[in-house]
Amino acid sequence: MNRASLFVPLGIFILIIAFGYAGFRLNDPHQLPSALLNKPFPDFQAPMLMDPSRVIDRSDLLGSPVLVNVWATWCPTCKAEHAELMRIARETDLRLVGIVYKDKPHLAMRWLNDYGNPYDLVVQDTDGALGVELGVYGAPETFLLDAAGTIIYKRVGDVNPLIWRTEMQPRLALLEVDTSATTDVDLDSATAAVKKAGAAERKD
Amino acid sequence: MVRLGSLLLIALVLCPLPGLAATPVDIYQFDSAEQESRYRALIDEFRCPKCLNTNLSGSDAPIAQDLRRTIHRLLVTDGRSDQEIRDFLQERYGDFVLYDPPLKPGTWILWGAPVFFLLIGAWVLFRVVRKPAQETALSEAEQQKIAEIIRQQRTERGSQ
Repeated sequence: MNRASLFVPLGIFILIIAFGYAGFRLNDPHQLPSALLNKPFPDFQAPMLMDPSRVIDRSDLLGSPVLVNVWATWCPTCKAEHAELMRIARETDLRLVGIVYKDKPHLAMRWLNDYGNPYDLVVQDTDGALGVELGVYGAPETFLLDAAGTIIYKRVGDVNPLIWRTEMQPRLALLEVDTSATTDVDLDSATAAVKKAGAAERKD
Repeated sequence: MVRLGSLLLIALVLCPLPGLAATPVDIYQFDSAEQESRYRALIDEFRCPKCLNTNLSGSDAPIAQDLRRTIHRLLVTDGRSDQEIRDFLQERYGDFVLYDPPLKPGTWILWGAPVFFLLIGAWVLFRVVRKPAQETALSEAEQQKIAEIIRQQRTERGSQ
């Protein structure tokens, strides 16, 4: 028996550790790849939050790029991302559409009164049926749609300055949405803030 | 009487156990027993998107409840086939909800790895099993040499 071959088990062991480390570090198993990416936003009909007699459908999302945010008042991460959505609404001309996911309309309205309303349009999904159509499995989830209604990006979890800067802004630039007014985020401080909030994010 | 009482007590203690152990119960109406067994099979088959290693039937997560309700609607109200329901969920939640991942470029490693490791194992086994057989097979010259040594030993012993 060759002496060098004694190290083969050690080599295999190190390989397994390396695979495990990469596997568990790189992919957060809670972040499912979206099955709807690069596919058209599904057809839907949903009543408006402010005026339930008005029904919104897919055609209301078309025409210009739009950010669709699935949120609820029972969702702490939604509270955490609210300020960022307000900032995006204030500083860009991107349209924001909110889907109130499995929540009571009066609670949602109170939330928007108390914290401000970043949305151009808010619809209700009281029983989560629209959520199922969208492959939503928690809140918040956020979709970016191009003018033709194709889903070009999906975020599971909060929209934070880091996600805005690294994921959303470049994609919106390709769609020629003017995001230049948004305060240029310092990546280091944004990363630190996200890490700090990270523990809370996974709970809901 | 005491015996009957204790039997009753035991029965009482044991009775709720299956109920306690059972997972969340939704109350749904089915048109037939066959439909209900299809529903049971389907909710056992899919994985809850929120709770990594639980199937839909075993999870109390709100999304699992919603998906059970959706499957019931597709099955009973819309009369869809099992395969149509599978496709419906896969289109929206991806391969993740299938415990049985389809064979495609992204999953070749997943499907190929067991075969690969089986082949390695077979190769190692083959080598281990074959080696001793090779070593015991001595050439004619070696056998003559051994015979020579044995003869020498014998003559040495004989002369002592």
